[in-house]
Amino acid sequence: MTPLRRYWPVAAIALAVIVLQAALSVTDATYYMTQVTMSAYYALVVIGLCLLMGYAGQVSLGHAGFFAIGGYTVAYMTTVNLLAYRDVPLVHWLQSLHLVVQWQNLYGAEVLSFSPWPAFIAALLLTGLIALLIGVPVIRLKGHYLAMATLGFGLIIYRIVLGTKSLGQADGISNVPPFHLLPWLEVNGRAPFRIQNYYIAWATVLLAMVLAINLVHSRVGRALRSIHQNEEAAHSLGVNTYRYKLAIFVLSALFAAVGGALMTHYNGSIGPSEATVMKSVRYVAIVAIGGMANLWGAMIMAILLNFLSLRGVFGTFDDAVFGAILIAIMLFAPQGLLRMPKWHAVASVWRKGTFYFFARKLPDTAGESEKSRMSPFSRGGPHG
Amino acid sequence: MDNVLLETKSLHRSFGGVHAIKGVSIQVRKGQIKAVIGPNGAGKTTLFNLIAGTIPPHEGEVTFQGRRITAWKPHAVAALGIARTFQTTKLFPHMTVLENVMVGRHPRTRSGFLAGMLNLPCTWREDCEIRAKAREILADLGLIKSAEETASNLPFGRQRLVEFARALATEPVLLLLDEPAAGLNIYETRELSELILKIRDRGITCLVVEHDMSLVMNISDDVAVLDQGQKIAEGPPRVIQRDPEVIRIYLGEG
Repeated sequence: MTPLRRYWPVAAIALAVIVLQAALSVTDATYYMTQVTMSAYYALVVIGLCLLMGYAGQVSLGHAGFFAIGGYTVAYMTTVNLLAYRDVPLVHWLQSLHLVVQWQNLYGAEVLSFSPWPAFIAALLLTGLIALLIGVPVIRLKGHYLAMATLGFGLIIYRIVLGTKSLGQADGISNVPPFHLLPWLEVNGRAPFRIQNYYIAWATVLLAMVLAINLVHSRVGRALRSIHQNEEAAHSLGVNTYRYKLAIFVLSALFAAVGGALMTHYNGSIGPSEATVMKSVRYVAIVAIGGMANLWGAMIMAILLNFLSLRGVFGTFDDAVFGAILIAIMLFAPQGLLRMPKWHAVASVWRKGTFYFFARKLPDTAGESEKSRMSPFSRGGPHG
Repeated sequence: MDNVLLETKSLHRSFGGVHAIKGVSIQVRKGQIKAVIGPNGAGKTTLFNLIAGTIPPHEGEVTFQGRRITAWKPHAVAALGIARTFQTTKLFPHMTVLENVMVGRHPRTRSGFLAGMLNLPCTWREDCEIRAKAREILADLGLIKSAEETASNLPFGRQRLVEFARALATEPVLLLLDEPAAGLNIYETRELSELILKIRDRGITCLVVEHDMSLVMNISDDVAVLDQGQKIAEGPPRVIQRDPEVIRIYLGEG
């Protein structure tokens, strides 16, 4: 595939994003953008999980945990009040570097805390480290065993954020300040920043998509897919299977952490519900319905389903909808909705039908594949 | 002897209480086609797996080009220049034939995760080289027309060829072929022997495990016979064919 052909969906989505923004602004319905923005941050988790699950074939039922680690780290670091320690030389030094800043919270109280950039970087480092520590023993496991182990990890993170006083227990952490990416660009959930944040979120998602697509088509991406399809053969061809699985696990956790960190700044808060196993299951369901090894499918489904969920369309059945999706996908289309074999069957019947209609001649069965390749109605041979 | 490429010294391996390999020592010389034959369950595939690093031996040593590689992991063994095919063909079924062979370039290329994600110019160039090399190998084996086909859609005999192409893409010094003729018809087997000879003539040493004698006797320079985990005979095919012990285990005489 040529490099440009690989990117055309990025341009198409970017165009759709602009059109949607214009439509919402014209119809005075910009409040929808809030949920689109939040869905975009959830989509980051799904993109990372799609690399891990769809391409490398390693399941994780703990991705809400990584999202939460990213979110809670920035929330804690940007809200912890160091005012009492202002005379400690280290704090003083960090303040002189602007890594620690003094600001007023919503109630007008003075707060001395880490500024968002160092908090963001710390969140990534911490998530990467935890993913590595968990991954080293766990990524050797296969199939259900890996799913169970990552599920255990997710449960632990949930209980930790729920039980730790400094992380706000059941209330979570609120009053998280906006994140000034650039002096004129901030991740901020207040109404005047809606359009700006809609674009920040989409830019992040499309950047993540470009990185993920490049990876999938690279030497590393082929190695990851080869591990999924036959680990023993991949190993015999020089792919260090253990190291590659570990690396994609950590990378995938980092995608989740970026989503968690940005979402926390956008919402101004994070709570333990972000760390629940139901959230992890939801991410897995979205990757499955998107087509497993299908980044665009996963991304679009992440935006769509999270948007509907956040708008409350599923009502009290919110989690049940994702459970139902999982059951349905596993039963009827384990390869994902966008790869459903029946659609191929329908498409091929349609092609043959048009062929008969126009050609009025039965193709000989012996040369069928040759014929269909030559037929002007096929889309380029057996893979069309 | 200084032209010994691969050597195993009294390898032992058991599974549970079963001794699959009991003190097997073989030598493979540079540029030859060496065959390991024996009846089912003789330990041929286990011997292969011990060399390729799939399983570690319990005792004994494997040396390759004078270097001790006992219990090295398969990816490290592959990087050194030992490639293998499997008894039951193990392709990447949902990848194209071309992509399968491109994976074979893995140990000879280096782009990592970050370079891959950013698609740096050097990564892109390397990828073009990988593709070109893979196509060259496919063309060489007469598979170029199937390059864009999904591997699992190919007929069985062609799949075996793709596995060969994939192994050759790693630029091996030594090629391990695990029952390459299994499941092939007589014509395909003949083509296969020609291919193995061609590979040997390019300077790639071959170690072939085979159940069926006819292929082995026609192409190999040296044959080792395994029975119940032990080497019972070794020598040129003509000598082996007349060896009474070999005839006994193959024909099942008293």
